[in-house]
Amino acid sequence: MEASFIYEAKGQTLIIRLPKELDHHNCRNLRYETDLLMAENYINRIIFDFSRTKFMDSSGVGILLNRYKQMKAGGGRTAYFGAGPQVQRVLKIAGIPALMEQYENAEAAFCE
Amino acid sequence: MEHTEKETDQGTRLESMTLTMDSLSQNEEFSRVVVAVFASRLNPTLEELDDIKTAVSEAVTNAVVHGYQGGEGRIELTAAAGDGILTVQVKDTGIGIADVGQAMEPMFTTAPEGERSGMGFSFMEAFMDEVIVESTPGMGTTVTMRKKIGG
Repeated sequence: MEASFIYEAKGQTLIIRLPKELDHHNCRNLRYETDLLMAENYINRIIFDFSRTKFMDSSGVGILLNRYKQMKAGGGRTAYFGAGPQVQRVLKIAGIPALMEQYENAEAAFCE
Repeated sequence: MEHTEKETDQGTRLESMTLTMDSLSQNEEFSRVVVAVFASRLNPTLEELDDIKTAVSEAVTNAVVHGYQGGEGRIELTAAAGDGILTVQVKDTGIGIADVGQAMEPMFTTAPEGERSGMGFSFMEAFMDEVIVESTPGMGTTVTMRKKIGG
């Protein structure tokens, strides 16, 4: 079975590559894993990579919002890229585009 | 799983299916895929299929996370198609909801410190045409959702 989340730290940026199905079942370990990574590294920017994600529901939104709040509390920023049609609709209804920077692709997100 | 066919008011065939399953988080994906495949007989657009999958995922996740609090239980999933309308019902016999009105308020969550967004019911309402929630504390919750397909 493929790993749910893939984490990549580039300097002070943490890239989180999200799973194919971002639902309650697949989100179970994310909180623990990101908390661990953020405790061990100085992170001031999180970039979510939706390239692999075909489906997301409100459980996924909960995960995103909590990471956003964590980053905001420390003066950090949150961004995402690679969102397909279903993910875009869910993000829009949840009001995420007003909170996080949105990029067309990985290059644009990292250049920032 | 049973499969029945009935006549609707307009005389067209009403097709339905019911399945019961354990209250497990891996059944969230299973349920939304089953309903999406069932709904395909109504020739939905890809966008309508995504809407259905999202709403089913929310209802089944609620049963797993809230109805049974992550513990043991059975979830009954029913889907019916007829006259271009898809009806989906998700039923649990878990703890129930004391105040349905409050539970359906956007951003309301019983777990504010957790990872829950509190958007489950809002998503069901956003993606389906009609959402009815019936619940009795200690008896369980039944969520019935309808969506017109290709309309």
